[in-house]
Amino acid sequence: MSEPAVAVGPERARPDEPAPPARRRPPRRRRVPLGSRLRRDWQLLAMVTPGFLVLLIFSYLPIAGNVIAFQDYNPYLGDNPWQAFTHSNWIGFGQFQLLFDDPAFWDAFRNTLAITAFQLVFFFPLPILLAVMLHNLLSSRLRGLVQTVVYLPHFFSWVLVISFFVAMLGGAGLLAQTMRDAGMQPWNVMTNPDTFIVLVTAEAVWKDVGWGTIVFLAALSTIDQSLYEAAAADGAGRWRRLWHITLPGLRPVIVLLLILRLGDALSVGFEQFLLQRDAVGRQAAEVLDTFVYHFSIATGNYGYGAAAGLFKAVVGLVLILAANRVAHLLGERGIYSKS
Amino acid sequence: MTVIIRRPPRARPHRPVWEEPPTRIGQALKATLLTLLVLGVLFPLWVVLVTSLSSRQAIADAGGLVVVPKGIDTSAYATIFAGGAVTRALWISTLVTVCGTAIALTVTVLAAYGLSRPGTVGHRWLLAYFLIPFLVYPPLVPRYLVVTGLGLKDTIWALVLPSAISVFNLVVVRGFFQGIPQELLDSARIDGASDFRTLGRIVLPLSRAVIAVVGLFYAVSYWNVWFDALLFIDRNDMYPIQRVLQSYLLAGQAPHTSGAASGVTMPPTEAIKMAVVVLTVAPIVAVYPFIQRHFIKGVLIGAVKG
Repeated sequence: MSEPAVAVGPERARPDEPAPPARRRPPRRRRVPLGSRLRRDWQLLAMVTPGFLVLLIFSYLPIAGNVIAFQDYNPYLGDNPWQAFTHSNWIGFGQFQLLFDDPAFWDAFRNTLAITAFQLVFFFPLPILLAVMLHNLLSSRLRGLVQTVVYLPHFFSWVLVISFFVAMLGGAGLLAQTMRDAGMQPWNVMTNPDTFIVLVTAEAVWKDVGWGTIVFLAALSTIDQSLYEAAAADGAGRWRRLWHITLPGLRPVIVLLLILRLGDALSVGFEQFLLQRDAVGRQAAEVLDTFVYHFSIATGNYGYGAAAGLFKAVVGLVLILAANRVAHLLGERGIYSKS
Repeated sequence: MTVIIRRPPRARPHRPVWEEPPTRIGQALKATLLTLLVLGVLFPLWVVLVTSLSSRQAIADAGGLVVVPKGIDTSAYATIFAGGAVTRALWISTLVTVCGTAIALTVTVLAAYGLSRPGTVGHRWLLAYFLIPFLVYPPLVPRYLVVTGLGLKDTIWALVLPSAISVFNLVVVRGFFQGIPQELLDSARIDGASDFRTLGRIVLPLSRAVIAVVGLFYAVSYWNVWFDALLFIDRNDMYPIQRVLQSYLLAGQAPHTSGAASGVTMPPTEAIKMAVVVLTVAPIVAVYPFIQRHFIKGVLIGAVKG
């Protein structure tokens, strides 16, 4: 556990990496003819099959299904989606032209980027601060207690989280009730489009700030304690140690999570926004994901929604590759690297 | 005379000598922050629980939500369990959670073991095949068309099958399997055990912790399923609990319960709503403490490369 980094994606996909020593089947076995290798490995292949099929049907088939973005897909042209697909007209980039001329799409695009930027500033640093604070608690019992409590909301659904917020801050909620008792005009934060960006960030913090500390706590526990001791002996105070030892120790993880967040800049959460879109209004609460839903499945305009979804996916992929490249240029490890 | 003081079983950790003692203000600030944090999570849960157990009088006195309990009145729960939408939704959700977790765990464990041995036929290709969906999500519209095209609409399979394998969980389990000493597996093989037998008799008993964690992740995600139900379930009597909770609390639909017409004094709407929230949280809070001590370990196996 010397160098922590979230291993996402093909990290482990490189078996020729020196890391795992003494695997059962060293590469020289490759000489064995395919037939006998199949006979040797058929059970392992059989084990992989169910997962293979699930991904084939529910991941790869839909990914291939993105092609309907280039169609004028009409669900009524057949008895099932496959027939409808084969009978629909191909129209090239027509849907994309419509999409880029649609002001509602650009509203959603702007909202998404604004929320991402806002959360990068007001949400992203919080788990780091909390992790440092928890890590410095002397009493492991107290630390365990706090961790137990703050991890809990991560497991709540968005419906639940928003229900709690409605109960606390909604028009009939505890806050409004208290304000009415005090003779004030109650606020209703849950339906105010102007403060919506703060509200969704608060909800995200409530749900995930504790969970977000896990990766940082793991990184903190790998920092060599003698560094702190040496620094203290040299006269570095608490804050200088934080700045010169703790933060550099966390740097790889921070960079990694930043990359992931930037690569996901066009996704700010889906259920959270879909659930609140009607209460707050489209102007503030429409993000790209809810746009795709509302302009396809909710209205039956599948090709259009697929085009919006495909646009988002492609931009997202480009963003994550770019962010990873930047991380490499900065000398960090990033999510994956060419070995 | 020497007095022997028995030390408590677990010695209190000591502040390293080189670290300066905390300032009074710093300590107070830290204590306040942590208290606020813990209260911020627990207070809403408390208010919801207390309100769900309050009588009509208590709710009227408080003007809505009740913070300080005055007696316990379980009539809201009695009304809910007398039958109706919520009871049915709880059954559906339980069914989805149990079936889903069983299927997803089986699929994940098998695939993780099958992928944990570099050098098998097509290993690299298969691994890439399983990892790509981590970066490229299935798009919404084609996914909808695939699931409806398979005729899964309005069945619980529409909620279970599409999420029957999560690449993240697969990576966690696979990482754990790769950490099992190779000698153990070799000895099983020398004794003539097949791969299936090795998995069942040697690998699984060693992996209880990671399987518990991944099982919890699956169970929670199946219990929490909401959007898939919005997409694929149109019939009211097939709604899972999250969908019902949404219609009561967020869409402002009044809870309709079977006893409504019979003229018995109904428990207040507020209490019933909050009772639905409590029933939705309860299973999660109930399993959480048992698995909590494992999950950091489990998550970090998958997340942190050592």
